This record gives sequence, structure tokens and C-alpha cells, in this order.
Amino acid sequence: MARMKFICDSERCIECNGCVTACKAEHDVPWGVNRRRVVTLNDGVPGEKSISVACMHCSDAPCMAVCPVDCFYRTDEGVVLHDKDVCIGCGYCSYACPFGAPQFPSNGTFGLRGKMDKCTFCAGGPEDNGSAAEFEKYGRNRLAEGKLPACAEMCSTKALIGGDGDVVADIFRTRVINRGKGSEVWGWGTAYGKPVGGTNGGAAPKAGKS
Amino acid sequence: MSGRFNAALLLAVAALLGACSEKPQGAGTARHDTPPWQGPAAGQAADAGWRAGDQAAWQEALRTRAQRGQNEYTRSTSQP
Repeated sequence: MARMKFICDSERCIECNGCVTACKAEHDVPWGVNRRRVVTLNDGVPGEKSISVACMHCSDAPCMAVCPVDCFYRTDEGVVLHDKDVCIGCGYCSYACPFGAPQFPSNGTFGLRGKMDKCTFCAGGPEDNGSAAEFEKYGRNRLAEGKLPACAEMCSTKALIGGDGDVVADIFRTRVINRGKGSEVWGWGTAYGKPVGGTNGGAAPKAGKS
Repeated sequence: MSGRFNAALLLAVAALLGACSEKPQGAGTARHDTPPWQGPAAGQAADAGWRAGDQAAWQEALRTRAQRGQNEYTRSTSQP
């Protein structure tokens, strides 16, 4: 099996935030924490594009590299998880992550920063699969139930695809071939501009959260 | 006599320094996560199509679920 991956098809995302809601409902995510959110590029400009962003479960995860207490681990399926019993809530992972995935609940009178919380690819944590302790700390373990992440399965337009990397790539490739476009909408060229005459001719689009 | 003493001294020093070896200083991170294909806790239902503990069946079930649930082109070929 390949590594578990997400991809968001920006041609299909309608910024409904259904993925955000599904995640929060499935895992009883505390107030103020968004494991997933929808980001809109060129917000308000005709042709704006939205993508759903959460932990990308990086192959070479920077959060894992900077954690001073080494609380992260990677499962055989390529899912990056962390142990909340070891996390000290320092926030280094938050600075290191390019996607803003690590979240910190404000659960004290003075806004005390708690243990880090992030997308688990619906794979829970180090506790026993499906146990009450696992649910309390990390949410539901859907992978152990033979299900895919709730955000991807609840996506109404199937913009957000999640699962085995090979299958995800296959589905996205089929779409791009059938509609004759798509790979250029969100990728290297969008982020860094397309080379024009050997130079970097395009600038990255403005990003605005909505 | 002096040679014997030196040898004994060397052995004693080696034994003493041997106790000064580096101890592992890991943070004790949990690396004992149960694989998802082992299934949910007893009493919880797994999705149909695979048996808890069967890794290959679990992988196949997830692949099928992803294709069936997220790929419309496998259901209809007439979509634009």
C-alpha cells in the first residue's frame, strides 16, 4: 500500500466548509481548534479558487524534525501522528509547519496553550484503537473501522480526495484527462509561476483566508 | 611485581570507567500504536468487507471504498 494522502481539487471546491464541519463533528474537536479549514486564493476576484487544507502528513515532516520531545511518529500507512502524553505544547511544530496544521486549544482562564492538536487522518493516536482514551485525545479512529477520513468522505463535490496515494492520484488523473485541464490550476506553476523565456515570469497569486 | 600491579591497576581502571558508559536519554515516546488493520476495539463494528487482523483485506477494502466513494468516473462514463 502506498502512503495515505489528501489532495484538494480546486476546480471542484465550492468553499462550503463541509469538510471543516465534518471533521469537527466527527472528532468532537474543541472550540477554537480547526484541524481543517478552507483557504481561498484571490478571494473576491472572478476565478477565485478554494482549497481545503489540513495536515498533509508529509513524507519528511518538519514538525517531526523540530519537536524537542520527539512526540511525533509515522505509521506504516504514512500517517503522521503525535503522542499528547509527551507533547509539551511548546508550539515549535506550529512555526515549522508550512500548512498551519498544528492547533493549540485555549482552554484556561488566561488562554493557556494546551497540547497540540492536528489532523490525524482519522487514525487516532497511540492508545488502543477505538478506545475512549483515544477518542478523548485524538478523536475517532475511522481507519481502524475500515473507513476513510470523514472530511473526504463527506465532501459534497468530491473536491477533497483522501486515501491510498495511488488511488488518490488515479482518481485525480482521471478527472484531469476527462475535463482536459486541472493539473495547471493548483501545482508548481500556480505557486511559483511558469517559466517564460528561461525566467520566472509569473508571480504567486495573492492568498486570502475566508 | 610492578608489572602485576600495573596490570591489576589497568583492569581496575577499565572496570571503573566501564560504569561510566552513556545511558540512553530518549524521551520515551510511544511507538506502540496498534495498526489500523488490527481493527477497532471489541464490540465496535468494522466496515463490511474485511476481517480485523487481515492486512491485505483491509488495504483492499480501503482502495475499493476510495474508488467507489470518490471516483464518479467508475460509476458513469458520460460525465463531462
